[in-house]
Amino acid sequence: MLSIDRSIVDAIVAHARRDHPDEACGVVAGPVGSDEPTRHIPMENAARSMTFYEFDSMEQLRVWREMDDRDEEPVVIYHSHTATEAYPSRTDISFAGEPGAHYLLVSTREPDTEEIRSFRIVDGVVTEEPVRILDAGVDPHAVQSYMFGQSPATVDYECSGR
Amino acid sequence: MAIEVRIPTILRSYTGGAKVVEGSGDTLDDLLTDLDSRHSGLRGRLVTEAGALHRFVNVYVNDEDVRFLGALDAKLSDGDSVTILPAVAGGAFGFAAAAAIAQHAATGRRAPVTVG
Repeated sequence: MLSIDRSIVDAIVAHARRDHPDEACGVVAGPVGSDEPTRHIPMENAARSMTFYEFDSMEQLRVWREMDDRDEEPVVIYHSHTATEAYPSRTDISFAGEPGAHYLLVSTREPDTEEIRSFRIVDGVVTEEPVRILDAGVDPHAVQSYMFGQSPATVDYECSGR
Repeated sequence: MAIEVRIPTILRSYTGGAKVVEGSGDTLDDLLTDLDSRHSGLRGRLVTEAGALHRFVNVYVNDEDVRFLGALDAKLSDGDSVTILPAVAGGAFGFAAAAAIAQHAATGRRAPVTVG
């Protein structure tokens, strides 16, 4: 389960809409071991592509060092799919190198609605998880949980590419 | 003095959980061979069977991406700091398709496209 503030989700969706039709990508950092995404860091898509994203390696080094200095880790790694569903592609799976992170995908293929889904990707195995969006300033128990899609919760792609 | 190497979470199973290890070598290639002698299997996660640096990792010497320093031939000196990070990349299409599209764009020829 990914629990994340609505303000951060809104900022991620705004980033994805801004960069559409290119894919957008970024990180939400949080204190090590907390599993709480607290600091949104939009990243440059060095590939500037509608079908591929790649962190700029030098920007990544700066951001990862900064997280290290602040005792943070990448709690969420997100990117958008701009013409297809919010589900990890084979490329996404072969690159997934942060076993502790929630891989959040946003699809902007529909102009008015966004599909937001979250996955764990460990050793080439994709496990979908529910996303719980927290509304700050409202009753903390009033949360909205949802999980999109009809796909099975676990999909094992044998070709992990490693 | 030695060369300090920062290990990402995903590869710490090779270093007994250590975040930082030390090694030695005149080039990145030598350093990875040296590390592999104590952390068996680590080199195989960073270098392909063809002997090139893996696409799935970024390796930095001090503040430089080694891809701009000669990759595995990058020269090292005592006191250097090497950082390994998982490359963060992906996208809607598979690599083969992306390559085919790039090829198509470059040559104007039709290339088969498969969704990844």
